[in-house]
Amino acid sequence: MSLHQFLLEPITCHAWNRDRTQIAISPNNHEVHIYKKSGNQWVKAHELKEHNGHITGIDWAPESNRIVTCGTDRNAYVWTLKGDVWKPTLVILRINRAARCVTWSPKENKFAVGSGSRLISVCYFEQENDWWVCKHIKKPIRSTILCLDWHPNNVLLAAGSCDFKCRIFSAYIKEVEEKPAPTAWGSKMPFGEVMFESTGTSGWVHGVCFSDSGNRVAWASHDSTVAVAEGGKTAVCTSLSSETLPLLCVTFITENSLVAAGHDCYPVLFVYDSNNAALSFGGKLDVPKQSAQKGMTARERFQNLDKKASVDSKEAVLESVHKNSISQISILNGGKAKCAKFCTTGMDGGMAIWDVKTLESAMKDLKIV
Amino acid sequence: MAKNTLSSRFRKVDIDEFDENKFVDDHDEAADQQGPDAGDMMAALHIALRNPPINSKNPAIKERAQTVVLKVLTSFKGSDIEPAVKSLDKNGVDLLMKYIYKGFERPVENSSAILLQWHEKAFAIGGLGSIVRVLTARKTV
Repeated sequence: MSLHQFLLEPITCHAWNRDRTQIAISPNNHEVHIYKKSGNQWVKAHELKEHNGHITGIDWAPESNRIVTCGTDRNAYVWTLKGDVWKPTLVILRINRAARCVTWSPKENKFAVGSGSRLISVCYFEQENDWWVCKHIKKPIRSTILCLDWHPNNVLLAAGSCDFKCRIFSAYIKEVEEKPAPTAWGSKMPFGEVMFESTGTSGWVHGVCFSDSGNRVAWASHDSTVAVAEGGKTAVCTSLSSETLPLLCVTFITENSLVAAGHDCYPVLFVYDSNNAALSFGGKLDVPKQSAQKGMTARERFQNLDKKASVDSKEAVLESVHKNSISQISILNGGKAKCAKFCTTGMDGGMAIWDVKTLESAMKDLKIV
Repeated sequence: MAKNTLSSRFRKVDIDEFDENKFVDDHDEAADQQGPDAGDMMAALHIALRNPPINSKNPAIKERAQTVVLKVLTSFKGSDIEPAVKSLDKNGVDLLMKYIYKGFERPVENSSAILLQWHEKAFAIGGLGSIVRVLTARKTV
């Protein structure tokens, strides 16, 4: 895997363009920087400055090549490339708290913004007025929405919130689309309908992800658990408590495997077995460099005993690729069905690209089903 | 000159109770706590950890459960702690961690030393995740 260090500031969020030659990142300030890949280097190509507050979410639509950003200034902007310049269009979200996350829908005719105002703004473009309009999903959300993910049918939206629940809402907008076909989560989908609400885990839901088919949804919660729910007549929920620090982001890499990462600074694999409805820990996906173990001199032992009250020579240095929490994970190749490469960015300002085949061969007993 | 209103009863109103946006947890039924039998320490531990008063809002029930568990924990010998923790399942280890931290809140004589030993063994099995679950749990023991 390769790690590229952009800056020393945390990367709050990132988004890739369709052919993965450009990445848009926000270095924990009011701007979005777009870097172009040239050879082995990343060169800064554009700076998007329009927001008045920290940018909390970026999403890049692959087909229509539009970027949507949202920030703590309670606004969202849709950026379109005109020639060589990105031009912003303001979207009025009608929220009175910061926006926290934004995602384009699969057909790119809508996007959803989660905010601290305890609601989700689903925005679509109104042709007659040449203006982005938004509709709100309010009930029964009781706290900030931290993460969103769209179902492949362009209508259902999974939302993870600080009120300890992961819910699936219908974001059906009759002005821009046809009535959706029934799914595993239900058949009647008026706007704002709650198709599924999680129970069982406590802790803020930091990351949520639909599987490629849309029949499964996974979420990572602040009480160090990962849970998967499978839609059906009655939704089946399974959760796994882990021994690690809380995970912040989760994504499916095949229909049965999830990769999640968080405050422990390394990605972890989980495997979901639908026959037994069981979620199990697959393995740690970081390959630390094996440093040679030198013998310790008596002096070093005494120093360690004096400083750290133990004779261990283990240093307090993280052996993982990322040196600080990983905040976002995105699929580069292969989609959520057969992911071949994924990318992680974190609070250390680094962006690491992980190759699934290399990881599989590097770790013994790692099976990605 | 402004005349002070004579009544200051309004100062005793808890305005947070009337906030319509106030977050209220889901309510569940409370379970009753039973005392352990003397003798077999392992069995006593398992019985003490059964039916924790997690859903109860009654502080007396929680207090009683806490004293029972603390009594069992302090009567363990140091060498018996590790096999006892190993015999618990995942949920049991999380529950044990909750009681350990509750015990830390109110130290009694030698309790902290024993609790620290229990904490070390439980941490080896449960990891940081079990401690995070103690901190984030909405329903405390």
